[in-house]
This record gives sequence, structure tokens and C-alpha cells, in this order.
Amino acid sequence: MNRSLRPLAATTIIFIIAYGLSVAQFPNMFSTRVLGNFLTDNAFLGITAVGMTFVIISGGIDLSVGAVIGFTGVLVAVLVSWFSVHPLIAFAIALVVASAFGALMGCAIHFLQVPSFIVTLAGMFLARGAASVLTQDSIPVNHEFYSFISTLYIKLDGGGRISFIGGLMLLVFVIGAILAHRTKFGSYVYALGGNATSASLMGVPVARTTILVYTLSSFLAGLAGVVFSLYTSAGYPLAAVGVELDAIGAVVIGGTLLTGGYGFIFGSFVGVMLQGLVQTYIIFDGSLSSWWTKIVIGMLLFLFIVLQRVIFSSSAPKLKHVRKLKHE
Amino acid sequence: MRRHPLMRILNAQTVALAGVLLLNWFLFPGFFDIAWQDGRFFGSLIDVLNRGAPVAILAVGMTVVIATKGVDLSVGAVMAVAGAVAATMVVDGYSAFTAIVVALAVGTLCGVWNGLLVALLDIQPIIATLVLMVAGRGLAQLITEGSIVTFSDPHLIFMGTGSFLGFPMAAVIALVLMIAVTLAVRRTAIGLFIEAVGINRSAATFAGIRSRMLLISVYALSGFCAAVAGIIVAADIRGADANNSGLWLELDAILAVVIGGTSLLGGRFSIPMAVIGAIIIQAMNTGILVSGFPPEFNLIVKAGVIILILVLQSPIAQQLLIFSRRNAGKRSTP
Repeated sequence: MNRSLRPLAATTIIFIIAYGLSVAQFPNMFSTRVLGNFLTDNAFLGITAVGMTFVIISGGIDLSVGAVIGFTGVLVAVLVSWFSVHPLIAFAIALVVASAFGALMGCAIHFLQVPSFIVTLAGMFLARGAASVLTQDSIPVNHEFYSFISTLYIKLDGGGRISFIGGLMLLVFVIGAILAHRTKFGSYVYALGGNATSASLMGVPVARTTILVYTLSSFLAGLAGVVFSLYTSAGYPLAAVGVELDAIGAVVIGGTLLTGGYGFIFGSFVGVMLQGLVQTYIIFDGSLSSWWTKIVIGMLLFLFIVLQRVIFSSSAPKLKHVRKLKHE
Repeated sequence: MRRHPLMRILNAQTVALAGVLLLNWFLFPGFFDIAWQDGRFFGSLIDVLNRGAPVAILAVGMTVVIATKGVDLSVGAVMAVAGAVAATMVVDGYSAFTAIVVALAVGTLCGVWNGLLVALLDIQPIIATLVLMVAGRGLAQLITEGSIVTFSDPHLIFMGTGSFLGFPMAAVIALVLMIAVTLAVRRTAIGLFIEAVGINRSAATFAGIRSRMLLISVYALSGFCAAVAGIIVAADIRGADANNSGLWLELDAILAVVIGGTSLLGGRFSIPMAVIGAIIIQAMNTGILVSGFPPEFNLIVKAGVIILILVLQSPIAQQLLIFSRRNAGKRSTP
């Protein structure tokens, strides 16, 4: 087997084993209903994780996604409820605003040469603050378009259904995978994450790629905000706090290397599903408290980081060499 | 070049602090009023010191970590864990002293864990500390069993709300910690070692610095500082809130360190300036509150400050500055 596919295989196998064990304990978990809910409940997280995968492969990080989800949700709710704009137009406005926001962050990262960590941190404060300035309260959205969307689903055998937002997430993953693995832009992103200097010497348009990566991430975070708004039928400035961490967690669990230059879109999908599995297991169990979710996800993160370490250090015997030199 | 000691105090950070304080005074004329009441000082200025203390304490540890080219995202979660440990032990009948010592030990242990991941497994610091950031709050909730543990032990409460020579205890602890750590790194060679590891770890290792041990100690210090801050915050509200204690404070601490002029790329660092950075952040928060602006503006102002600092520190701004100076020079010497 191709060595570079090992982390992806490890994640997938762990997901299958974990799911198998859960089904052994609770046979009801093996149903299309549960699987359909996996997709619906994690749709906004999955869409965010696709953007985050691109950012991390390019060697950066985007801490602003949770705040962008909150901001778009509030913006859509304000436009629809206060200004009675049609939801579709509100969605378009929100996506344009989110993309422009991402493009600005990308410009700051590239032209000011500041670590993405700090720029997106400022972006997080800005988006959260802007959402709080728009409103302090949760704004409910009552529009027939929202009820219409909730009637769109594909029925599966066994009573399960793939909702509109669940299907949208799958679509985003497919498009994301094509974009990353089959287009010029995708290979630019990998090149940038591998080594920015070599990439620019090879003729990769570094400025354009960096700005596009953050634009894409914010656009997808905005889309996740729209999905979140459809999911909860409300806009709340403190919605989706900490989603950036869940998204980064899903990407890491999915086998993407945090130093950049290596990773898979599909891996992030498995990462999101694994997090959904942990939550669903805890709900099925009933006696475990929700804080176990955090502990288990923390442990999974640790496991995968160490796993990556072991796999990559076995293929690069750099450290051993250094030690040998020292002894001589 | 040695400058006069008074001139050395005059730098970007202190000027910024003075600017923020003056702006506050302008918006709220009673800002500098300090009253003596019940054996302690009261006033907005004292409030800034008191409220800014937890972030200042975090910033002490964070500065040293960032100086080694790392970052510690777990400090907020470690605060929650330490607060939970102290509160639960006091409620279970242990003395406040034992509770504090155990909480500090647990915090230090969390730091050692981070340090082991960074130093032995060579994991990127952001990721290594992310593990504890995610899992830490879960652990804290495990300790408090999901509820907010309230306590009434007077000694433990004194850590958060007491006063020493009229000054709030939290601010005094922050000051003592700042001086102790600054002396420890600047009066010995440790500070030099930290900077060496931050600039180039393998070069430092080849030069004979035990970089692994140093990294573990640095993260342990950060965990210790987080535990101190966690105990203070828990003592302040007389309860350990695993969900909200120290929430997002890691970001404030990093911001304080950046405002303090420490490079995120490792190397150059200054602990007192980071503490001043923490006070600047708190002065802005307090200023927004006392001047009657809605607190929602807080985040936007914070973001504005970060952007301003980034622009000023960026290579482009430096080049523009040099360029304009050159141009000015040309014009004056034709």
C-alpha cells in the first residue's frame, strides 16, 4: 500500500472499529436513521472542516471560522427578520461578506507577513464583536422558505433521511476533494504548505493562492453559518463558539499534517464522523455526561498526533542520524 | 549602547499604556480617583490592576513559552482544572494550604505533559497544547462532577479578594511572580538559553544546551502560572466553574505577550512588557465599561488594536519608514 495513504487508512479503520464496537453494544446504532442524523447534525462542522483542511494543508491555521459562522447566522437573521429580505438574497449577501472578510485576512497574512494564527485571531474578535454589535439576543427566523428547505430530503431504507443540509455537506466534501486533488489550485496549495520558498521559486503564485485559501475557508465558514441558520432557524451572536477547535480536531484526526503540505479532504470527513460518533455514543449510553465528549476527542487527537509522528519519523531517519553524530 | 535607566522605561508599550489611560480619563473624568476605604484602595485604576492580574500571570508563563518559539493554548483549560481541584479539595475538608499546593502541582503537571509532547515527541506546540485545551475542560468537569463547586473557606477566598498593604491580593501575586521569573531568567543564563532555543533549537542543542529539559521546564512554568491564575479566578467568585473559568483567556494572554513586543517567531522576549500588555488590555476593557460604551465593542476594539500592532510591526511598514526617512534625508541635503 502507498505509504502516504497510511494515516488515512488508520483513521478509517479506527472509525470502522469504533462504530462496530458501538453497534455491538447498542444494535440500534446501526440504522440509516443514525447515519442520516450524523450528516444533518454535523453538516455545519463538516463544511467548516473542508475549508480548514485547505488552510492547514497550505501551512496556516484559521481561528476565525467559528466567529464567521456566528456572524453569518446573525446577519442572515437580521436581514430576513428585520428587513424582510428573501432568505436566498440574504444568503448571497452573507456569503459575499464572509468571502470578502477571508480575502482581507489572506491579504494581511501575505502582505504584512504575520503568522496566520494572529491575523485570524484578530478576525475572530472582529467577527464575534460585529455579530454582538448587531444584536445581543437570539433572533428567530420564521420564513416559509426555511420550512420549505426542511421538507427537502432523500428517504433511505429503514426510515433514515439525508436532509438538504446533510446532502449539501456531502456535496461540499466532493467538490473540495476534486479541488484539492485534481486542480491546479489544489497542487498550488500543497506546494505552498510543503515549502513556501520552493513553491514561489517554482512559479506558484503565492500571493493569489494564500488569499484564495483564506477566502475559500471564510466562504465555507459563511456557508456553514447559513447551514447553521437553517439547522437552528435562528441567529445568535454566540453561536458556534469553539467550532474552530472541533474543525481543527477533525482535520488532524483525518490525517492531515499540521505543518502543511500533506493531507486529505476525505480524511476530514472521517474525522467529523468520528466526532459525531463519540457524541452519538454518549447520547445512546445515557449515563455518561457530555464532558466525556471533550476528553475522548482530546484523547483521539493525542492518539493521531503520536501516530503521525511515528509514521513520519520512520520514513525520515533524521533524528537517529543526529544522535549517532553526537556519540561519535 | 546603554541608555539612561529613565529613558529605557520610555518605549512603545509604556507610551501606549499612558495613551489608553489618558483616553480613559478623557472619557471618564473620575478614572484616576483612588479612595482609601476599609483598609484598602478603591478606584478604577486599582480595578484595572485587580482584573488584569489573571491575564498578567498567564502572560508571564506565556512569554517564556513564546520565547522558545512555542505557544501554550491550554492555559485557559489548565486554569479551570486548577480551580476545580482547589475548590473540590476545600469542600472535601482539606485545608486551604493543601488545596492550593495540590492545585499548583496539578497545573505544573499539566505543563509538564505539554512539555513532554513538545520536547520528546517533537510535536508542534500549537497542536501539542491543543490536546489539553480540548480535553482539559472535560477533565475539570470530571473533577467538579459537572456542577459549579462553591466554597466559603476564608483563606482560599483571600487569594482572590483579599488585600495586601491596601492593594488587591491578585495584583500583588502577579507582581511577585513577574519579578521572581524576570530575575530568574535575567540574572542567570536561563534567559539566554531560552532565547537560543527559540531562535534555533538544533543549533542550541549542538552548542550544548539541554533543550529538552529547558522546554519541559518552560511549559511547566506556564502550567504553574495558569494554576495560580485559576486559583485566583476561582477564589474571586468563590466557586470553580469548569465551563467558563479562563475561557478564551489564552488568547488574551497571547495578545498581551504580542503587545509586549515579544516576537511570535521566538527569541527576543520581555516579561515586564508582557505584563504591561495585559494591563493595557484590561485598561481598554475597563475604559469601555466606565465610559458607558456597550461591552460588545470590547472585541472590536481589541481586534483593532491587534491589527494596528501587526501593521506597525510588519516588514512593509518598517521599509516604508526607512524609505520616508531616506527621502527626507535626500531633500535636506541637495
